[in-house]
Amino acid sequence: MDISEIKDFPVNSKSLREVREFSREVISKSSILEESKEELVLAIGEAAQNIVKHAYKDNLDTNDKMQIKISFKNKILEIGFFDKGKPIVEENIKHRSLDDIKPGGLGTYFIQQIMDEVVFKEATGWHNNLVLTKKY
Amino acid sequence: MTYKITRDGDISTIYLTGEIDMDVTEQAKELIMPVIEEKKEVHLNLKDVEYMDSSGISVLIESHQKAMELGTRVVLKEISKSVLKVIMMAKLEQILILE
Repeated sequence: MDISEIKDFPVNSKSLREVREFSREVISKSSILEESKEELVLAIGEAAQNIVKHAYKDNLDTNDKMQIKISFKNKILEIGFFDKGKPIVEENIKHRSLDDIKPGGLGTYFIQQIMDEVVFKEATGWHNNLVLTKKY
Repeated sequence: MTYKITRDGDISTIYLTGEIDMDVTEQAKELIMPVIEEKKEVHLNLKDVEYMDSSGISVLIESHQKAMELGTRVVLKEISKSVLKVIMMAKLEQILILE
C-alpha cells in the first residue's frame, strides 16, 4: 500500500507531541513500517525538534509552520521536513562523539542510526528541506 | 509528563510517566535536580515512560553527572522497553546506573 501524507505544524516544542501522533498514525497504515514504528517516530521527532531548536533558535515566537511529508512507495520510506527557519549549513551538522559523555548532541546521531539516508535538498518556497530515507 | 515522588529513608524515588521530550525537559530538570541536591540516592522509575528522545536522554546524563559531583547516585529503575532501546542506542548502558 502506497502512503503519501502531509501535515503542517506550528514551529514550537509543544507541537512535537502532535508530530509524533501524526507519525504514528501514518506509519500504522503499513504493516511493513509498523514493525519499526517507535524508532521511526524517534527519528521524525528528533528531526522536528532540530527545526525548533536550531533553525528557529533565534526566533522562538515565530508563527511559521513546518511541514512534514511521509511517503512510502515501492518499499522506500521518505520523510520530508520543510521549514522557513535559518538556513542550515549541512557541513556544520554533526553529532557529538559517543565517548564524550555530556548532555546534548545525540538527536542527529539517532536519526543517522535509524535511517539509511539523511540529506538536505532544495525546495521552492522553503529555506530548509531535510529528507530522511529508509529502504525496506 | 506527570510524576510522583516517594521518600524511604535515604532513597528518594521519582516515578515519571508519559513522554519526555524537549517540551518537558526543563520541567523534568526542575523536578529531579533539587532531589539530587538533597544528596540522597535518587531512583528514577521509568516503567511508565512511553517515549524518550535525545532531550530526555540529556536529562538522564545531567542527573547522573550532578549526582556523581555531589557524591551520590541516580539509579534508573524498571526502565521501559522503549526508553531502554534509546539508552542503548546512545551506548549509555555502561555509563548510567541501570537496575
